[in-house]
Amino acid sequence: MAVDFKSFQKPIDCDVHPVVPGLPSLMPYLDDMWREMVLRRGIDELVSISYPTHSPMTTRADWRGADGRTATTPELLAAQALDPFGTGTAILNCLYGVQLPFSEDMGAVFARAVNDWIAKEWLDRDPRLRASIVVPVQSTELAVEEIERLAGDKRFVSVLLLVMGEVPLGRRQHWPIYAAAERHGLSISIHAGSSYRNPPSPVGWTSYYTEEYINQAGAFQTQLTSLICEGVFAKFPGLKVVMLESGFTWLPGYLWRLEKFWKGIRMEVPWVDRPPGQIVREHVRFSLQPVDGPPEAAAMLRLMEHMQSDELLVFSTDYPHWQFDGQDVMPEGFSPELIRKITIDNPLNAFPRLLSGTSKNQAASKQELTS
Amino acid sequence: MNVDVLNRSGTHLSSSNKLMIADCDIHPRIKGVKALYPWLSKRWQEHLETFGLTHRQPYEKGPAYPKAQPMASRRDSFPPGGGGPGSDLAFMAWQHLDPNNVELGILNPLTPSGQGAINPDLSGALTHAVNEWQIEEWTSRDSRLKASIVVPYEDTAASVAEIERYAGNPHFAQVLLLSRTGEPPGQRRYWPIYEAATAAGLPVAFHAFGHGGNPGTAGGWPSYYIEDMVGHAQSSQAGLVSLVVEGVFERIPGLKVVMVEAGSAWAPSLLWRMDRQWRKLKAETPHLQRLPSEYVKSQVWFSTQPLEEPEPREQLLDAIEWLGWDRFVFATDYPHWDFDDPAAALPVRISEENRRKFFRGNAAAVYGR
Repeated sequence: MAVDFKSFQKPIDCDVHPVVPGLPSLMPYLDDMWREMVLRRGIDELVSISYPTHSPMTTRADWRGADGRTATTPELLAAQALDPFGTGTAILNCLYGVQLPFSEDMGAVFARAVNDWIAKEWLDRDPRLRASIVVPVQSTELAVEEIERLAGDKRFVSVLLLVMGEVPLGRRQHWPIYAAAERHGLSISIHAGSSYRNPPSPVGWTSYYTEEYINQAGAFQTQLTSLICEGVFAKFPGLKVVMLESGFTWLPGYLWRLEKFWKGIRMEVPWVDRPPGQIVREHVRFSLQPVDGPPEAAAMLRLMEHMQSDELLVFSTDYPHWQFDGQDVMPEGFSPELIRKITIDNPLNAFPRLLSGTSKNQAASKQELTS
Repeated sequence: MNVDVLNRSGTHLSSSNKLMIADCDIHPRIKGVKALYPWLSKRWQEHLETFGLTHRQPYEKGPAYPKAQPMASRRDSFPPGGGGPGSDLAFMAWQHLDPNNVELGILNPLTPSGQGAINPDLSGALTHAVNEWQIEEWTSRDSRLKASIVVPYEDTAASVAEIERYAGNPHFAQVLLLSRTGEPPGQRRYWPIYEAATAAGLPVAFHAFGHGGNPGTAGGWPSYYIEDMVGHAQSSQAGLVSLVVEGVFERIPGLKVVMVEAGSAWAPSLLWRMDRQWRKLKAETPHLQRLPSEYVKSQVWFSTQPLEEPEPREQLLDAIEWLGWDRFVFATDYPHWDFDDPAAALPVRISEENRRKFFRGNAAAVYGR
């Protein structure tokens, strides 16, 4: 459904993807040693196979430039993703493959470069932009260092992790990352993608990109199980987790199963002291796109009832990924109240830092962001 | 299961006790590998006594994740004569088959069946022994019970030979694989197994569990049994996606697949996602002629246990309708701890026609009996 956003306050787009034009763009942000490494060793672009450059999914056809790409400058992003929807604020989630190098040092140096590039070349140039901090998840220690380095810049509103990493995200080795995020009011954003330390499905390496992309939803499901069952939300009661490009229509059926087993096996995880659905409704949010929903609007509305909350979805275009055509970003039949929640209220709840942005007090920030 | 589940929505539960039912997931217990010795050569008996039966998991005995209950079973299912739950036909008949009006019971023998054993020849020898054991100990003694051809599925040629050996044998109702295969089950190395099953007129069942050796999630190994159990839904999704996207259903139009003990409420969302994403990416898979969901809705069935339990319970009916009432075959998982009781498995407001399909008719369509 296309929405006349002019009748709403300015939407907050929680998932847009700035594209690194190429390694030369990052060179000014690398230290001397790594600048030399890039040149001497002929290091290639860290572009992940999760989003092959020319795949139909990676860039919507009518957004593509001559080289098949887009989103390489804030001006392109504004013209294609912000202005058409009247978007007041957008959160940049850069998918350049800093989580992929096997070397912790290399991951850290490229994460720093991407964050500094984002701050200087994007956040400084368009006041509507906010960003997630990319971190070298290869090393919890270095990831926390990177969070601490940037936490003072309030334009960074979350910490970005990929949904498929080396060990499940609930595992305690990741907890210092969550502690740092909670300490600074940063949300944890989990985005589709893999560092390919494990096969991209629980039954091994897939043959087709189509298959791998479909299976991303299953990876989000197992990570949600991990975060809940390991007790992350019991340990970090202030933590917000936002699942990006995860799909959300799987959530009700998933929770029915998890809650059935929780009734049967909760003695194993005594820190999960509430039904998992309650934990999700308190701590976890899901981006709107892709809407992997039923074709019929009535069924979609039934599914929204199964979600048991109108506070779970946050607006996203997933720009420049191809998830919808034209302006058709909202499912048919969503009420104006629900659209307002998805575009404004829920994002503000999911990313508390949005309200600590440019103005001195929260009320002024909210006014600035949304009207 | 072994807990008191609150029926908070106050929904009256549908009793199946006037219906004859099919139970498409019954686990006859193999009382250790020695029970299979009558069908094992001396060479394999000696191998087992020297090197044991090992899988792609850490422990010599017992599962990687300790189960919720001893032998993963209902506490009331231990036969008075000993031997472990599911090992005594007379007790199984008294406790389950007779009172629950089971007219057709599909046997799915699990460990130590030899499936997923590290040594492929041992896997072949043991699975064959299990097939003979099912006839001798179960199906020739109770005509309600039908066996699965247990195949050493990581060895395609041996699996095909085993299927061909029993093709036409009335004791067998399906070919059994476990869901956690070594590679995605749609990959071409497995195709001859599906072709042989189809040629023999037998459905292929993927039962949750298995020993493929891949981490239990695409993000690594989970820590807890609850994650392992809940995660069968995601492993089975990946398996189903592989079967669809690789074109197995397109290439083998007669193939019938039954997804066993992995739930089903995930399927509607998965089908919507497959259809929507495939439309964008279909240039990659020209071998697919139809929407992914169409293959699933004509060639795949889902066993019901463990049936998802939303609150309110009526929401389950939406999930069933989105997939289709004809896609479900009823199963209890007897004698395991998470057994679904046929008298309590469904919310009440369903038509008699759907109730009959759910508990019996669909199984007749799949198994032809």
